[in-house]
Amino acid sequence: MTGKPERMTGARAFVECLYRENVEVLFGYPGGVLLPIYDELYDAHLHHLLVRHEQAAVHAAEGYARATGKVGVCLATSGPGATNLVTGIANAYMDSIPLVAFTGQVPSSMLGNDAFQEANITGITMPITKHNYLVQDAKDLPRIIKEAFHIASTGRPGPVLIDMPKDVTTDEIDFVYPDKVELRGYKPTYKGNSQQIKRAASAIAKSKRPVIYAGGGVIGSDASKELLSFAEKIRAPVTTTLTGIGGFPNDNELYLGMPGMHGTKYANYAIQESDLLIAVGARFDDRVTGKLKSFAPNAKIIHIDIDPAEISKNITVDIPIVGDAKNILKSLLPHVSECDTKEWLDKIAIWKRDFPLHYINREDAIKPQYIIEQINEACPDAIIVTEVGQHQMWAAQYFKYKEPRTFITSGGLGTMGYGFPAAIGAKLGRPDKVVFDVSGDGSFQMNSQEMATIVQNDIPIIIALFNNGYLGMVRQWQALFFEHRYSHTTIEDSVDFVKLAEAYGALGIRVEKPSDVRPAIEKAIEANRPVILDFIVEREENVSPMVPAGAAINEILDLERTQ
Amino acid sequence: MKHTLAVLVENKYGVLTRVAGLFSRRGFNIDSLAVGITEDPTISRMTIVVRGDEHVLEQVTKQLNKLIEVIRVTDLGADESVERELALIKVNTDASNRAEIIQIVDIFRARIIDVASKSVTIEVTGDANKIKAIQTLLRPFGIKEMARTGKVALTRGSKSS
Repeated sequence: MTGKPERMTGARAFVECLYRENVEVLFGYPGGVLLPIYDELYDAHLHHLLVRHEQAAVHAAEGYARATGKVGVCLATSGPGATNLVTGIANAYMDSIPLVAFTGQVPSSMLGNDAFQEANITGITMPITKHNYLVQDAKDLPRIIKEAFHIASTGRPGPVLIDMPKDVTTDEIDFVYPDKVELRGYKPTYKGNSQQIKRAASAIAKSKRPVIYAGGGVIGSDASKELLSFAEKIRAPVTTTLTGIGGFPNDNELYLGMPGMHGTKYANYAIQESDLLIAVGARFDDRVTGKLKSFAPNAKIIHIDIDPAEISKNITVDIPIVGDAKNILKSLLPHVSECDTKEWLDKIAIWKRDFPLHYINREDAIKPQYIIEQINEACPDAIIVTEVGQHQMWAAQYFKYKEPRTFITSGGLGTMGYGFPAAIGAKLGRPDKVVFDVSGDGSFQMNSQEMATIVQNDIPIIIALFNNGYLGMVRQWQALFFEHRYSHTTIEDSVDFVKLAEAYGALGIRVEKPSDVRPAIEKAIEANRPVILDFIVEREENVSPMVPAGAAINEILDLERTQ
Repeated sequence: MKHTLAVLVENKYGVLTRVAGLFSRRGFNIDSLAVGITEDPTISRMTIVVRGDEHVLEQVTKQLNKLIEVIRVTDLGADESVERELALIKVNTDASNRAEIIQIVDIFRARIIDVASKSVTIEVTGDANKIKAIQTLLRPFGIKEMARTGKVALTRGSKSS
C-alpha cells in the first residue's frame, strides 16, 4: 500500500481482509445485521455459496478445509444464525480443523438488551473455539481477522469465531492490514526437543514389537510422506485413527487399519502386544483405547503432538515430544534405523490372515460393505465424505485410501448430518475429484435440504445412501445391549429418496439388487451432476468387529460369526 | 492437595470468563481466584488456588497455557512464595465485650475499620490459617457478615512469576 490508508466501512474492510487471506469460498447465509456485508459481497470477487441452513455453512467450510488444507470460512447472521453454527464449530474443535466463523451481531449500543436476534455467541462458543472475538471497534477488525486466520491455522488448528456488531460493519475506518501477528501468549512449539528425539530413537532401536499409531495430526501437518518413510525405515506396522485415515497408504503391507471400537482385530492385537507405541498426532480417544487401564499394557509410549495438553492427558506417556509431526518425523529419521521386527511382522501377518475384515456377501440382498468395495473399485481416487453411524465405519473399514484428505468424517463429535454439507465443501475445494457422501438414511435427513444448494449451484456430489430404515448404529447397540428393543430407531418408509432427488431437480436411482450396485455407481459418476443413489441394503447388518464400550480393545466381538 | 498458580493474562474483556469457564468445563476445582491489574496496565494477574493431585495440576497448567490471552502460568510452591488474603469481618458487639474484641484484633495485628453501636468491622490480612483462627475466636460474639478476597501471591525474592 502506498500513500494514505484507504478510508472504508467495516463491511468493505471485511471483504478486503478475506482477499488478503486468499479466501476463495465463503459459505454463508444472510440476515438483517449482515446486510452491509452482503451488500459488499454483491460486487466482491469471492465465491459465496448460499446454503439452506447455517449448520450446512459451517460443515461445508470444514469439509473444504479438510479437503484442501486451507482455512474454511463461514458467515452467519446474529442470534439464530449464529447459534446454528454451534454444532459445526464444536465439530471443528474436536477434530482440530482450521476454521474462521464470522457472525453478525446486533449494534453495540443494543448489546445485552435482549435485542431482536441477539445471542451472546462469544459466550456460547467460548468452550468450543480455539479463540473467539467480539469486535468492539471497527478499526480493530483487520487486526482481529489477521489474528483469527493465524490462530486457526497454526499450532494445533481449530475454529476461531469473530462476532461483528452491525455498527462495526457500517463505521468507517482507515484500512490497514497488519503484516504480522503479535500475540505474546501464543507461541506454538514446532520443533521437537532434540534430547527427547534422541531418547525416542534409542527406545525405537531397542523395540522388538513397535506399533505406530497415527492420527489426524499427520494429515493436519502434511506429514504423510514423512510417516511413510519413517515406518518403512524402522519396519514398524502403522494403525491410523478414524481422522488419521488416509495419512498412510492403505495398500502398504505395514498398514493395520483402524484401531479401537470398530478397528481391525489385528490392529487391536498389535497395540495390546506391542512393546513400543509411537503415537503421532493422535490423541488417545476413548473409542480407540477402550478400558484405559488395559490399553497397550506392555508398551512404552512415545507421544508426538503439537499440543502439550494432550501429553499424558489420558495415557501416561514415557517419551513426550511436543512439536509439529512433520518436523519431528523429519528430525527423527536420521537417528533411526531398521528395527529387528521380522518376527513381529510375521506374527501380525498371521493375525491378518486369520482375522481379516470380512462379511458374508449375498446374492439376494445388498451388503453395505459390498457397496463400499464397489465404490472403491469404480473410483479408487474419490474423496469419501461420511455422515455418522454404521455407514461411516464401513467406509472407514472397506475403502482403500491412498492419500491424505480423501476421507472426511466427523470423528470426535460424531455429528449426524455432517457429511452432505462437508461433501459440498470438499467438492468446491477439490473440483477435480469425484466426491461421494456415504450416508445413512437417518443422517442424511438431518441436512437433506442442501439438495437445493447443490442443484442450484450445479455441484456434482454423489450421495451413496445406505437405506436400511433404521438409525442403524443405535439399532445395533439396542440389538446387542438392550435385547433387540428397537425403541424409536425405526424410520422405514419415511421418505422416497428417488422422488426427493427429483423434487430438487437431481438424479435419483434406487438400487435393490447386488448386481445393480456397480452399474448404478458408474452411472452416477458419468452423470456428473447431483445424484442420490438409494441403496436398499440388508436391514440388520452389524458393524463388525466391535469392542463393547469400556472393554479392553482385545476383547472383541466378532458379530457376524455370532449372529 | 492445594496448588497456587500465578497466571498473567492480557487485560482484556472476557478473559476472566475464559479462565473460569475452562475450570468448570474440565471439572477442575477452584478454591479461590483473585484478579487485578499489574504494574503493566495491559496485563492482569490472577492468583488461582486449585485443588488436585499432580496430574490435575499439570492439566490445569497446560490447559491454561492453551488460552490465547494467557501469557504465563507459574506454580507458586508454598516455600518460594509470599501469599496473603484479606478478610473483612463484621462482628456483633456491645459495651460489655468490645474490649475483648479489641484485644483479639490487636493480637492478630488486625484493624478495626468501622465502629457502630452494635457492631465493629475488622480488617485482617494473612494466610488462610490466620484468617481461620481469628474467625474462630470472633464467632462466639456473632459474625454478622464476612467478605474474603481470595489469596494473592508473588514469588519470594527478586525472581518474577
